[in-house]
Amino acid sequence: MFFQFLLRRLLYVIPMVFVVTLVVYSLVLLIPGDPVLVLLGENATEEKIAELKRQLGLDKPIIEQYFTWLSNAIQGDLGRSIFTGQSVSEAVAERLAVSLQLVTAAILIAVVVGMTLAILSIYYAGTWIDYVVRFISTLGVAVPHFLFAMFLVVLFSLKLKWLPATGFTSIAESPGGFLRDITLPALSLSLGGIAIITRHLRSSLMEVLDADYIRTAYSKGVSRWQALFGHALRNAMLPVVTTIGLMFGNTLGATVVIETIFAIPGLGQLAVGAILQRDFTMVQGVVLVMFMMVVIINFLTDIVYALLDPRIEY
Amino acid sequence: MSFRTVLRRLMAERLAFISLIYLMVLVIVALLAPWITPYDPEQMDVMNMMQPPSKEHWFGTDELGRDIFSRVLMGAETAVKASLFAVLIPLCIGVPIGILSGYIGGIVDDIFMRIIDGIIAIPAIILALGITSALGVNLWNAMIAIGIVFTPQFARLARGQTLQVRSEHYVEAAQITGAGTLWIMARHIIPNIASPLVVQASFNLSIGVLVETTLSFLGMGVQDPDISWGVMIQQAYNMINYNPSMIIYPGIAILLTVLAGNFLGDGLRTALDPKYKMDA
Repeated sequence: MFFQFLLRRLLYVIPMVFVVTLVVYSLVLLIPGDPVLVLLGENATEEKIAELKRQLGLDKPIIEQYFTWLSNAIQGDLGRSIFTGQSVSEAVAERLAVSLQLVTAAILIAVVVGMTLAILSIYYAGTWIDYVVRFISTLGVAVPHFLFAMFLVVLFSLKLKWLPATGFTSIAESPGGFLRDITLPALSLSLGGIAIITRHLRSSLMEVLDADYIRTAYSKGVSRWQALFGHALRNAMLPVVTTIGLMFGNTLGATVVIETIFAIPGLGQLAVGAILQRDFTMVQGVVLVMFMMVVIINFLTDIVYALLDPRIEY
Repeated sequence: MSFRTVLRRLMAERLAFISLIYLMVLVIVALLAPWITPYDPEQMDVMNMMQPPSKEHWFGTDELGRDIFSRVLMGAETAVKASLFAVLIPLCIGVPIGILSGYIGGIVDDIFMRIIDGIIAIPAIILALGITSALGVNLWNAMIAIGIVFTPQFARLARGQTLQVRSEHYVEAAQITGAGTLWIMARHIIPNIASPLVVQASFNLSIGVLVETTLSFLGMGVQDPDISWGVMIQQAYNMINYNPSMIIYPGIAILLTVLAGNFLGDGLRTALDPKYKMDA
Protein backbone atom coordinates (compact mmCIF):
# COMPACT_ATOMS: atom_id res chain seq x y z
CA MET A 1 0.00 0.00 0.00
CA PHE A 2 2.70 2.42 1.04
CA PHE A 3 4.73 1.41 -1.98
CA GLN A 4 1.80 2.33 -4.25
CA PHE A 5 1.59 5.72 -2.59
CA LEU A 6 5.29 6.27 -3.24
CA LEU A 7 4.89 5.23 -6.85
CA ARG A 8 1.95 7.58 -7.37
CA ARG A 9 3.92 10.50 -5.96
CA LEU A 10 6.87 9.64 -8.21
CA LEU A 11 4.68 9.44 -11.31
CA TYR A 12 3.36 12.86 -10.42
CA VAL A 13 6.86 14.33 -10.17
CA ILE A 14 8.24 13.06 -13.50
CA PRO A 15 6.18 15.23 -15.92
CA MET A 16 6.92 18.21 -13.68
CA VAL A 17 10.67 17.64 -13.96
CA PHE A 18 10.28 17.33 -17.70
CA VAL A 19 8.43 20.64 -18.02
CA VAL A 20 10.85 22.52 -15.79
CA THR A 21 13.98 21.24 -17.50
CA LEU A 22 12.51 22.40 -20.80
CA VAL A 23 11.69 25.81 -19.32
CA VAL A 24 15.15 26.14 -17.75
CA TYR A 25 16.83 25.06 -20.95
CA SER A 26 14.96 27.45 -23.22
CA LEU A 27 15.07 30.33 -20.73
CA VAL A 28 18.82 30.24 -20.75
CA LEU A 29 18.90 30.36 -24.55
CA LEU A 30 17.05 33.67 -24.32
CA ILE A 31 19.94 35.27 -22.44
CA PRO A 32 21.07 38.06 -24.75
CA GLY A 33 24.57 38.23 -26.10
CA ASP A 34 25.69 35.21 -28.07
CA PRO A 35 28.01 33.26 -25.73
CA VAL A 36 30.16 32.36 -28.72
CA LEU A 37 30.72 36.02 -29.51
CA VAL A 38 31.48 36.69 -25.85
CA LEU A 39 34.11 33.94 -25.93
CA LEU A 40 35.73 34.83 -29.23
CA GLY A 41 35.41 38.60 -29.10
CA GLU A 42 33.62 40.86 -31.56
CA ASN A 43 36.27 40.48 -34.25
CA ALA A 44 35.96 36.72 -34.69
CA THR A 45 35.77 35.40 -38.23
CA GLU A 46 32.69 33.63 -39.55
CA GLU A 47 34.53 30.30 -39.79
CA LYS A 48 35.77 30.51 -36.22
CA ILE A 49 32.26 31.24 -34.95
CA ALA A 50 30.79 28.33 -36.92
CA GLU A 51 33.57 26.04 -35.72
CA LEU A 52 33.01 26.86 -32.03
CA LYS A 53 29.23 26.58 -32.42
CA ARG A 54 29.71 23.11 -33.85
CA GLN A 55 32.00 22.18 -30.97
CA LEU A 56 29.47 23.37 -28.41
CA GLY A 57 26.63 21.69 -30.31
CA LEU A 58 24.88 25.03 -30.83
CA ASP A 59 24.36 24.48 -34.56
CA LYS A 60 21.78 21.74 -34.03
CA PRO A 61 18.02 22.39 -33.64
CA ILE A 62 17.10 23.52 -30.12
CA ILE A 63 14.91 20.52 -29.39
CA GLU A 64 17.77 18.17 -30.30
CA GLN A 65 20.16 20.19 -28.12
CA TYR A 66 17.68 19.89 -25.28
CA PHE A 67 17.40 16.12 -25.50
CA THR A 68 21.17 15.71 -25.72
CA TRP A 69 21.55 17.91 -22.65
CA LEU A 70 18.79 16.06 -20.78
CA SER A 71 20.13 12.59 -21.49
CA ASN A 72 23.61 13.72 -20.42
CA ALA A 73 22.15 15.36 -17.30
CA ILE A 74 20.40 12.15 -16.31
CA GLN A 75 23.78 10.45 -16.47
CA GLY A 76 25.22 13.16 -14.22
CA ASP A 77 27.00 15.12 -16.93
CA LEU A 78 25.91 18.76 -17.06
CA GLY A 79 28.48 19.82 -19.62
CA ARG A 80 31.39 22.20 -19.16
CA SER A 81 31.48 25.85 -18.20
CA ILE A 82 31.92 27.79 -21.41
CA PHE A 83 34.33 30.14 -19.65
CA THR A 84 36.56 28.08 -17.42
CA GLY A 85 36.02 24.69 -19.06
CA GLN A 86 35.40 23.27 -15.60
CA SER A 87 32.93 20.40 -15.35
CA VAL A 88 29.56 21.89 -14.33
CA SER A 89 28.60 18.74 -12.39
CA GLU A 90 31.78 18.97 -10.31
CA ALA A 91 31.42 22.70 -9.66
CA VAL A 92 27.77 22.32 -8.71
CA ALA A 93 28.39 19.32 -6.44
CA GLU A 94 31.18 21.14 -4.62
CA ARG A 95 29.07 24.28 -4.14
CA LEU A 96 25.96 22.31 -3.22
CA ALA A 97 27.79 20.73 -0.28
CA VAL A 98 28.49 24.24 1.06
CA SER A 99 24.97 25.57 0.48
CA LEU A 100 23.34 22.52 2.04
CA GLN A 101 25.35 23.04 5.25
CA LEU A 102 24.20 26.65 5.33
CA VAL A 103 20.56 25.86 4.55
CA THR A 104 20.42 22.98 7.04
CA ALA A 105 21.87 25.17 9.78
CA ALA A 106 19.36 27.91 8.97
CA ILE A 107 16.38 25.53 9.00
CA LEU A 108 17.55 23.94 12.25
CA ILE A 109 17.72 27.36 13.87
CA ALA A 110 14.30 28.26 12.46
CA VAL A 111 12.73 25.05 13.78
CA VAL A 112 14.26 25.23 17.27
CA VAL A 113 13.70 28.96 17.78
CA GLY A 114 10.31 28.98 16.05
CA MET A 115 8.99 26.07 18.13
CA THR A 116 10.32 27.58 21.36
CA LEU A 117 8.73 30.93 20.63
CA ALA A 118 5.39 29.38 19.68
CA ILE A 119 5.26 27.25 22.83
CA LEU A 120 6.27 30.20 25.03
CA SER A 121 3.61 32.40 23.51
CA ILE A 122 0.92 29.75 24.06
CA TYR A 123 2.04 28.93 27.59
CA TYR A 124 2.22 32.59 28.56
CA ALA A 125 -0.78 33.63 26.44
CA GLY A 126 -1.86 37.22 27.03
CA THR A 127 1.33 38.24 28.86
CA TRP A 128 4.14 40.43 27.56
CA ILE A 129 6.00 37.31 26.37
CA ASP A 130 3.10 36.52 24.06
CA TYR A 131 3.18 40.05 22.67
CA VAL A 132 6.93 40.00 22.09
CA VAL A 133 6.63 36.69 20.22
CA ARG A 134 3.81 38.02 18.05
CA PHE A 135 5.83 41.15 17.33
CA ILE A 136 8.84 39.04 16.24
CA SER A 137 6.72 36.82 14.01
CA THR A 138 5.12 39.85 12.34
CA LEU A 139 8.42 41.61 11.82
CA GLY A 140 10.26 38.45 10.75
CA VAL A 141 8.39 38.07 7.47
CA ALA A 142 8.78 41.75 6.61
CA VAL A 143 12.56 42.08 6.91
CA PRO A 144 14.47 41.28 3.72
CA HIS A 145 17.34 38.82 4.23
CA PHE A 146 20.01 41.29 3.19
CA LEU A 147 18.81 43.88 5.67
CA PHE A 148 18.85 41.50 8.62
CA ALA A 149 22.24 40.19 7.52
CA MET A 150 23.65 43.70 7.60
CA PHE A 151 22.16 44.38 10.98
CA LEU A 152 23.90 41.25 12.31
CA VAL A 153 27.19 42.18 10.64
CA VAL A 154 27.13 45.68 12.10
CA LEU A 155 26.26 44.41 15.58
CA PHE A 156 28.32 41.23 15.92
CA SER A 157 31.24 41.86 13.55
CA LEU A 158 31.85 45.59 13.53
CA LYS A 159 30.69 46.70 16.98
CA LEU A 160 31.18 43.66 19.23
CA LYS A 161 33.81 41.93 17.04
CA TRP A 162 32.58 38.50 18.14
CA LEU A 163 32.13 36.81 14.77
CA PRO A 164 33.69 37.21 11.32
CA ALA A 165 31.71 39.01 8.61
CA THR A 166 32.93 36.80 5.76
CA GLY A 167 34.29 33.34 5.07
CA PHE A 168 33.28 29.74 5.35
CA THR A 169 34.72 26.59 6.90
CA SER A 170 33.23 23.21 6.11
CA ILE A 171 31.98 21.18 9.06
CA ALA A 172 34.12 18.25 7.91
CA GLU A 173 37.23 20.41 8.08
CA SER A 174 36.75 21.97 11.49
CA PRO A 175 33.49 21.88 13.46
CA GLY A 176 34.57 24.86 15.57
CA GLY A 177 35.44 26.97 12.53
CA PHE A 178 32.17 25.90 10.96
CA LEU A 179 30.18 27.15 13.94
CA ARG A 180 32.10 30.43 14.01
CA ASP A 181 31.62 31.12 10.30
CA ILE A 182 28.11 29.80 9.85
CA THR A 183 26.39 31.52 12.78
CA LEU A 184 25.78 34.93 11.22
CA PRO A 185 24.80 33.75 7.71
CA ALA A 186 22.57 30.97 9.08
CA LEU A 187 20.88 33.38 11.49
CA SER A 188 20.28 35.85 8.64
CA LEU A 189 18.73 33.09 6.55
CA SER A 190 16.56 31.77 9.36
CA LEU A 191 14.60 34.89 10.36
CA GLY A 192 11.76 34.41 7.87
CA GLY A 193 11.53 30.73 8.77
CA ILE A 194 11.44 31.49 12.49
CA ALA A 195 8.53 33.87 11.92
CA ILE A 196 6.59 31.43 9.72
CA ILE A 197 7.07 28.42 12.01
CA THR A 198 6.14 30.47 15.08
CA ARG A 199 2.95 31.68 13.40
CA HIS A 200 1.84 28.31 12.09
CA LEU A 201 2.66 26.33 15.22
CA ARG A 202 1.04 28.96 17.40
CA SER A 203 -2.26 28.96 15.53
CA SER A 204 -2.12 25.19 15.15
CA LEU A 205 -1.53 24.77 18.90
CA MET A 206 -4.42 27.09 19.70
CA GLU A 207 -6.71 24.97 17.54
CA VAL A 208 -5.55 21.69 19.07
CA LEU A 209 -5.74 22.99 22.67
CA ASP A 210 -9.41 23.71 22.00
CA ALA A 211 -10.13 20.07 21.14
CA ASP A 212 -12.25 17.79 23.31
CA TYR A 213 -9.46 15.38 24.16
CA ILE A 214 -7.45 18.19 25.72
CA ARG A 215 -10.42 19.16 27.86
CA THR A 216 -10.72 15.49 28.87
CA ALA A 217 -7.04 15.47 29.77
CA TYR A 218 -7.48 18.59 31.93
CA SER A 219 -10.48 17.07 33.69
CA LYS A 220 -8.30 14.08 34.56
CA GLY A 221 -5.99 16.46 36.36
CA VAL A 222 -3.21 16.87 33.81
CA SER A 223 -1.17 20.06 34.21
CA ARG A 224 -1.03 22.72 31.48
CA TRP A 225 2.57 21.85 30.76
CA GLN A 226 1.73 18.14 30.38
CA ALA A 227 -1.28 18.90 28.19
CA LEU A 228 0.91 21.04 25.96
CA PHE A 229 3.84 18.64 25.63
CA GLY A 230 2.17 15.28 26.20
CA HIS A 231 -0.91 15.76 24.09
CA ALA A 232 -1.12 18.91 21.98
CA LEU A 233 2.36 19.37 20.52
CA ARG A 234 2.50 16.12 18.56
CA ASN A 235 -0.76 16.82 16.79
CA ALA A 236 -0.07 20.51 16.32
CA MET A 237 3.29 19.73 14.68
CA LEU A 238 1.64 17.94 11.74
CA PRO A 239 0.77 20.97 9.62
CA VAL A 240 4.11 22.52 10.59
CA VAL A 241 5.97 19.62 8.94
CA THR A 242 4.60 20.78 5.58
CA THR A 243 5.58 24.36 6.39
CA ILE A 244 9.15 23.32 7.11
CA GLY A 245 9.30 21.41 3.83
CA LEU A 246 8.01 24.37 1.86
CA MET A 247 10.52 26.69 3.56
CA PHE A 248 13.39 24.78 2.01
CA GLY A 249 12.94 26.23 -1.49
CA ASN A 250 12.83 29.82 -0.30
CA THR A 251 15.80 29.33 1.99
CA LEU A 252 17.82 27.76 -0.82
CA GLY A 253 16.88 30.68 -3.09
CA ALA A 254 17.89 33.21 -0.47
CA THR A 255 21.41 31.76 -0.34
CA VAL A 256 21.93 33.87 -3.47
CA VAL A 257 21.82 36.97 -1.28
CA ILE A 258 23.38 35.64 1.89
CA GLU A 259 26.30 33.94 0.15
CA THR A 260 27.03 37.15 -1.74
CA ILE A 261 27.08 39.20 1.46
CA PHE A 262 29.14 36.76 3.53
CA ALA A 263 31.41 35.66 0.63
CA ILE A 264 30.45 31.99 1.02
CA PRO A 265 31.45 29.83 -1.96
CA GLY A 266 28.08 28.10 -2.38
CA LEU A 267 25.48 27.47 -5.05
CA GLY A 268 23.86 30.90 -4.70
CA GLN A 269 27.13 32.71 -5.28
CA LEU A 270 27.82 30.44 -8.25
CA ALA A 271 24.39 31.30 -9.70
CA VAL A 272 24.93 35.07 -9.48
CA GLY A 273 28.40 34.80 -11.02
CA ALA A 274 27.23 32.55 -13.85
CA ILE A 275 24.26 34.78 -14.68
CA LEU A 276 26.44 37.91 -14.74
CA GLN A 277 28.99 36.16 -16.98
CA ARG A 278 26.29 34.62 -19.21
CA ASP A 279 27.89 31.23 -18.63
CA PHE A 280 24.82 29.43 -19.89
CA THR A 281 25.84 25.82 -19.23
CA MET A 282 26.62 26.78 -15.64
CA VAL A 283 23.29 28.62 -15.21
CA GLN A 284 21.41 25.61 -16.55
CA GLY A 285 23.23 23.30 -14.17
CA VAL A 286 22.73 25.46 -11.09
CA VAL A 287 19.03 26.12 -11.66
CA LEU A 288 18.41 22.45 -12.47
CA VAL A 289 20.11 21.29 -9.28
CA MET A 290 18.29 23.85 -7.13
CA PHE A 291 14.98 22.80 -8.65
CA MET A 292 15.73 19.09 -8.14
CA MET A 293 16.63 19.74 -4.51
CA VAL A 294 13.26 21.42 -3.96
CA VAL A 295 11.43 18.56 -5.71
CA ILE A 296 13.24 15.95 -3.60
CA ILE A 297 12.54 17.81 -0.36
CA ASN A 298 8.86 18.24 -1.25
CA PHE A 299 8.68 14.53 -2.01
CA LEU A 300 10.27 13.66 1.34
CA THR A 301 7.94 16.10 3.13
CA ASP A 302 4.91 14.35 1.65
CA ILE A 303 6.20 11.00 2.81
CA VAL A 304 7.07 12.20 6.32
CA TYR A 305 3.63 13.77 6.59
CA ALA A 306 1.95 10.55 5.46
CA LEU A 307 3.99 8.53 7.98
CA LEU A 308 3.22 10.92 10.84
CA ASP A 309 -0.49 11.27 10.23
CA PRO A 310 -2.28 8.00 11.01
CA ARG A 311 -5.43 9.31 9.32
CA ILE A 312 -3.85 9.34 5.86
CA GLU A 313 -4.63 6.28 3.82
CA TYR A 314 -2.25 5.49 1.04
CA MET B 1 -20.70 42.84 -0.59
CA SER B 2 -20.50 46.50 -1.45
CA PHE B 3 -17.30 48.47 -1.57
CA ARG B 4 -18.61 50.67 1.22
CA THR B 5 -19.22 47.68 3.52
CA VAL B 6 -15.68 46.45 2.97
CA LEU B 7 -14.26 49.91 3.61
CA ARG B 8 -16.29 50.26 6.83
CA ARG B 9 -15.06 46.90 8.09
CA LEU B 10 -11.51 47.79 7.09
CA MET B 11 -11.70 51.00 9.11
CA ALA B 12 -12.56 48.91 12.16
CA GLU B 13 -9.25 47.04 11.67
CA ARG B 14 -7.00 49.80 12.94
CA LEU B 15 -3.62 48.51 11.72
CA ALA B 16 -4.98 47.67 8.29
CA PHE B 17 -6.54 51.09 7.93
CA ILE B 18 -3.34 52.89 8.97
CA SER B 19 -1.48 50.70 6.47
CA LEU B 20 -3.91 51.65 3.72
CA ILE B 21 -3.33 55.33 4.46
CA TYR B 22 0.45 54.81 4.53
CA LEU B 23 0.32 53.06 1.14
CA MET B 24 -1.81 55.85 -0.35
CA VAL B 25 0.67 58.44 0.93
CA LEU B 26 3.48 56.35 -0.56
CA VAL B 27 1.76 56.37 -3.97
CA ILE B 28 1.31 60.15 -3.79
CA VAL B 29 4.97 60.60 -2.82
CA ALA B 30 5.98 58.33 -5.70
CA LEU B 31 3.92 60.34 -8.18
CA LEU B 32 5.14 63.71 -6.92
CA ALA B 33 8.72 62.65 -6.05
CA PRO B 34 10.47 64.64 -8.83
CA TRP B 35 8.88 67.86 -7.53
CA ILE B 36 8.89 67.46 -3.77
CA THR B 37 12.45 66.31 -3.08
CA PRO B 38 14.31 69.12 -1.25
CA TYR B 39 17.48 68.40 -3.27
CA ASP B 40 18.23 66.86 -6.64
CA PRO B 41 18.70 63.21 -5.57
CA GLU B 42 21.61 62.83 -8.01
CA GLN B 43 23.36 66.05 -7.02
CA MET B 44 26.78 65.16 -5.62
CA ASP B 45 28.46 67.37 -3.07
CA VAL B 46 31.92 66.07 -2.21
CA MET B 47 32.40 68.76 0.42
CA ASN B 48 29.51 67.28 2.44
CA MET B 49 30.02 63.54 2.28
CA MET B 50 28.42 61.21 4.82
CA GLN B 51 27.01 64.02 6.93
CA PRO B 52 24.89 63.04 9.94
CA PRO B 53 21.23 64.15 9.90
CA SER B 54 20.86 67.92 10.17
CA LYS B 55 18.37 70.70 9.52
CA GLU B 56 19.60 70.93 5.91
CA HIS B 57 19.78 67.18 5.30
CA TRP B 58 17.11 65.43 7.37
CA PHE B 59 18.54 61.93 6.84
CA GLY B 60 22.14 63.12 6.26
CA THR B 61 24.13 62.60 3.06
CA ASP B 62 25.65 59.54 1.42
CA GLU B 63 29.22 58.73 0.36
CA LEU B 64 28.94 61.09 -2.62
CA GLY B 65 27.29 63.88 -0.65
CA ARG B 66 23.82 63.17 -2.09
CA ASP B 67 20.82 63.96 0.11
CA ILE B 68 19.53 60.69 1.55
CA PHE B 69 16.04 62.04 2.29
CA SER B 70 15.57 63.00 -1.37
CA ARG B 71 16.85 59.62 -2.47
CA VAL B 72 14.48 57.75 -0.14
CA LEU B 73 11.56 59.76 -1.60
CA MET B 74 12.67 58.94 -5.16
CA GLY B 75 13.07 55.29 -4.19
CA ALA B 76 9.36 55.22 -3.36
CA GLU B 77 8.63 55.51 -7.09
CA THR B 78 10.53 52.28 -7.83
CA ALA B 79 8.92 50.50 -4.88
CA VAL B 80 5.41 51.46 -6.02
CA LYS B 81 6.16 50.33 -9.58
CA ALA B 82 7.45 46.99 -8.30
CA SER B 83 4.34 46.51 -6.16
CA LEU B 84 2.05 47.29 -9.07
CA PHE B 85 3.82 44.87 -11.40
CA ALA B 86 3.83 42.17 -8.74
CA VAL B 87 0.05 42.49 -8.58
CA LEU B 88 -1.05 43.43 -12.10
CA ILE B 89 0.85 40.83 -14.16
CA PRO B 90 -0.31 37.89 -11.99
CA LEU B 91 -3.89 39.24 -12.02
CA CYS B 92 -3.95 39.76 -15.78
CA ILE B 93 -2.17 36.55 -16.80
CA GLY B 94 -2.32 34.12 -13.90
CA VAL B 95 -5.97 34.56 -12.98
CA PRO B 96 -7.37 33.94 -16.51
CA ILE B 97 -5.17 30.84 -16.82
CA GLY B 98 -6.40 29.60 -13.44
CA ILE B 99 -10.07 30.21 -14.23
CA LEU B 100 -9.82 28.52 -17.64
CA SER B 101 -7.93 25.60 -16.21
CA GLY B 102 -10.38 25.09 -13.37
CA TYR B 103 -13.49 25.63 -15.49
CA ILE B 104 -12.52 23.44 -18.43
CA GLY B 105 -10.86 20.74 -16.31
CA GLY B 106 -9.67 17.46 -17.81
CA ILE B 107 -6.43 17.25 -19.72
CA VAL B 108 -6.09 21.05 -20.11
CA ASP B 109 -6.21 21.39 -16.34
CA ASP B 110 -3.68 18.58 -15.90
CA ILE B 111 -1.21 20.16 -18.30
CA PHE B 112 -1.55 23.68 -16.87
CA MET B 113 -1.21 22.45 -13.32
CA ARG B 114 1.90 20.36 -14.00
CA ILE B 115 3.58 23.38 -15.60
CA ILE B 116 2.54 25.58 -12.68
CA ASP B 117 3.67 23.09 -10.01
CA GLY B 118 7.00 22.88 -11.78
CA ILE B 119 7.56 26.62 -11.99
CA ILE B 120 6.55 27.12 -8.35
CA ALA B 121 9.23 24.62 -7.33
CA ILE B 122 11.97 26.92 -8.69
CA PRO B 123 12.93 29.30 -5.85
CA ALA B 124 11.37 32.71 -6.62
CA ILE B 125 14.62 34.67 -6.41
CA ILE B 126 16.40 32.26 -8.74
CA LEU B 127 13.58 32.45 -11.27
CA ALA B 128 13.48 36.25 -11.07
CA LEU B 129 17.27 36.40 -11.54
CA GLY B 130 17.04 34.05 -14.53
CA ILE B 131 14.27 36.04 -16.21
CA THR B 132 15.96 39.41 -15.57
CA SER B 133 19.21 38.22 -17.02
CA ALA B 134 17.42 36.65 -20.00
CA LEU B 135 15.58 39.91 -20.74
CA GLY B 136 18.50 42.20 -19.88
CA VAL B 137 19.21 43.90 -16.58
CA ASN B 138 17.23 47.09 -16.13
CA LEU B 139 14.35 48.52 -14.14
CA TRP B 140 11.50 47.45 -16.43
CA ASN B 141 12.77 43.94 -17.00
CA ALA B 142 13.18 43.47 -13.26
CA MET B 143 9.53 44.54 -12.84
CA ILE B 144 8.37 42.13 -15.55
CA ALA B 145 10.38 39.32 -13.94
CA ILE B 146 8.77 40.03 -10.56
CA GLY B 147 5.34 39.87 -12.20
CA ILE B 148 6.03 36.61 -14.02
CA VAL B 149 7.43 34.92 -10.91
CA PHE B 150 4.16 35.31 -9.02
CA THR B 151 1.86 34.48 -11.94
CA PRO B 152 1.74 30.70 -11.25
CA GLN B 153 0.65 31.25 -7.64
CA PHE B 154 -2.31 33.37 -8.72
CA ALA B 155 -3.20 30.83 -11.39
CA ARG B 156 -3.22 28.07 -8.78
CA LEU B 157 -5.30 30.13 -6.35
CA ALA B 158 -7.82 31.14 -9.04
CA ARG B 159 -8.08 27.53 -10.21
CA GLY B 160 -8.79 26.19 -6.74
CA GLN B 161 -11.50 28.79 -6.17
CA THR B 162 -13.01 28.17 -9.62
CA LEU B 163 -13.24 24.45 -8.91
CA GLN B 164 -15.31 25.22 -5.81
CA VAL B 165 -17.57 27.75 -7.49
CA ARG B 166 -18.05 25.72 -10.67
CA SER B 167 -20.20 23.11 -8.97
CA GLU B 168 -22.46 25.67 -7.24
CA HIS B 169 -26.12 25.62 -8.15
CA TYR B 170 -26.14 29.13 -9.61
CA VAL B 171 -23.44 28.17 -12.11
CA GLU B 172 -25.30 25.01 -13.09
CA ALA B 173 -28.49 27.03 -13.44
CA ALA B 174 -26.74 29.48 -15.74
CA GLN B 175 -25.38 26.59 -17.79
CA ILE B 176 -28.88 25.11 -18.15
CA THR B 177 -30.34 28.40 -19.29
CA GLY B 178 -27.78 28.36 -22.09
CA ALA B 179 -25.42 31.10 -20.90
CA GLY B 180 -22.10 31.20 -22.74
CA THR B 181 -18.86 30.17 -21.05
CA LEU B 182 -17.41 33.68 -21.13
CA TRP B 183 -20.62 35.12 -19.68
CA ILE B 184 -20.60 32.60 -16.84
CA MET B 185 -16.98 33.36 -16.07
CA ALA B 186 -17.50 37.11 -16.05
CA ARG B 187 -20.88 37.16 -14.32
CA HIS B 188 -20.68 34.23 -11.89
CA ILE B 189 -17.14 32.96 -11.43
CA ILE B 190 -15.00 36.09 -11.18
CA PRO B 191 -17.19 37.94 -8.63
CA ASN B 192 -17.28 34.85 -6.43
CA ILE B 193 -13.57 34.09 -6.46
CA ALA B 194 -12.44 37.73 -6.11
CA SER B 195 -12.05 37.93 -2.33
CA PRO B 196 -9.09 35.57 -1.82
CA LEU B 197 -7.42 37.05 -4.90
CA VAL B 198 -7.73 40.56 -3.47
CA VAL B 199 -6.20 39.39 -0.19
CA GLN B 200 -3.32 37.68 -2.00
CA ALA B 201 -2.82 40.76 -4.18
CA SER B 202 -2.38 42.84 -1.06
CA PHE B 203 0.29 40.50 0.28
CA ASN B 204 1.94 40.66 -3.12
CA LEU B 205 2.40 44.42 -2.73
CA SER B 206 4.89 43.51 0.00
CA ILE B 207 6.48 40.63 -1.82
CA GLY B 208 6.99 42.85 -4.86
CA VAL B 209 8.98 45.34 -2.79
CA LEU B 210 10.99 42.53 -1.16
CA VAL B 211 11.95 40.95 -4.48
CA GLU B 212 12.68 44.26 -6.19
CA THR B 213 14.97 45.50 -3.41
CA THR B 214 16.70 42.11 -3.28
CA LEU B 215 17.31 42.06 -7.06
CA SER B 216 18.51 45.66 -6.97
CA PHE B 217 20.74 44.92 -3.99
CA LEU B 218 22.39 42.12 -6.01
CA GLY B 219 22.91 44.50 -8.93
CA MET B 220 20.43 42.51 -11.04
CA GLY B 221 17.53 44.95 -10.88
CA VAL B 222 17.40 48.71 -10.84
CA GLN B 223 20.74 50.22 -11.87
CA ASP B 224 22.36 53.48 -10.85
CA PRO B 225 21.33 56.29 -11.64
CA ASP B 226 17.80 54.91 -11.19
CA ILE B 227 17.11 54.90 -7.47
CA SER B 228 15.84 51.95 -5.47
CA TRP B 229 15.97 51.36 -1.74
CA GLY B 230 17.82 48.13 -2.58
CA VAL B 231 20.49 50.03 -4.54
CA MET B 232 20.83 52.53 -1.68
CA ILE B 233 21.42 49.72 0.81
CA GLN B 234 23.90 48.07 -1.52
CA GLN B 235 25.85 51.35 -1.79
CA ALA B 236 25.62 51.88 1.96
CA TYR B 237 26.89 48.32 2.44
CA ASN B 238 30.11 49.22 0.64
CA MET B 239 30.59 51.96 3.24
CA ILE B 240 29.58 49.78 6.17
CA ASN B 241 32.99 50.09 7.82
CA TYR B 242 32.81 53.90 7.81
CA ASN B 243 29.19 54.76 8.35
CA PRO B 244 26.74 51.90 8.96
CA SER B 245 23.92 54.36 9.75
CA MET B 246 23.28 55.01 6.03
CA ILE B 247 21.51 51.67 5.89
CA ILE B 248 18.89 52.76 8.40
CA TYR B 249 16.70 55.08 6.28
CA PRO B 250 16.16 52.97 3.14
CA GLY B 251 15.93 49.97 5.49
CA ILE B 252 13.09 51.52 7.48
CA ALA B 253 11.36 52.53 4.24
CA ILE B 254 11.43 48.91 3.03
CA LEU B 255 10.28 47.60 6.40
CA LEU B 256 7.32 49.98 6.72
CA THR B 257 6.15 49.33 3.16
CA VAL B 258 6.33 45.55 3.51
CA LEU B 259 4.58 45.64 6.89
CA ALA B 260 1.86 47.90 5.46
CA GLY B 261 1.13 45.43 2.65
CA ASN B 262 0.99 42.53 5.14
CA PHE B 263 -1.28 44.35 7.59
CA LEU B 264 -3.57 45.44 4.77
CA GLY B 265 -3.76 41.82 3.59
CA ASP B 266 -4.63 40.61 7.10
CA GLY B 267 -7.28 43.32 7.42
CA LEU B 268 -8.78 42.59 4.01
CA ARG B 269 -8.99 38.90 4.86
CA THR B 270 -11.07 39.76 7.92
CA ALA B 271 -13.14 42.39 6.11
CA LEU B 272 -13.92 40.16 3.12
CA ASP B 273 -14.78 37.11 5.22
CA PRO B 274 -18.40 36.12 4.55
CA LYS B 275 -18.69 35.03 8.20
CA TYR B 276 -17.59 38.49 9.37
CA LYS B 277 -18.90 39.54 12.78
CA MET B 278 -18.81 43.16 13.78
CA ASP B 279 -17.61 42.48 17.32
CA ALA B 280 -15.17 39.72 16.40
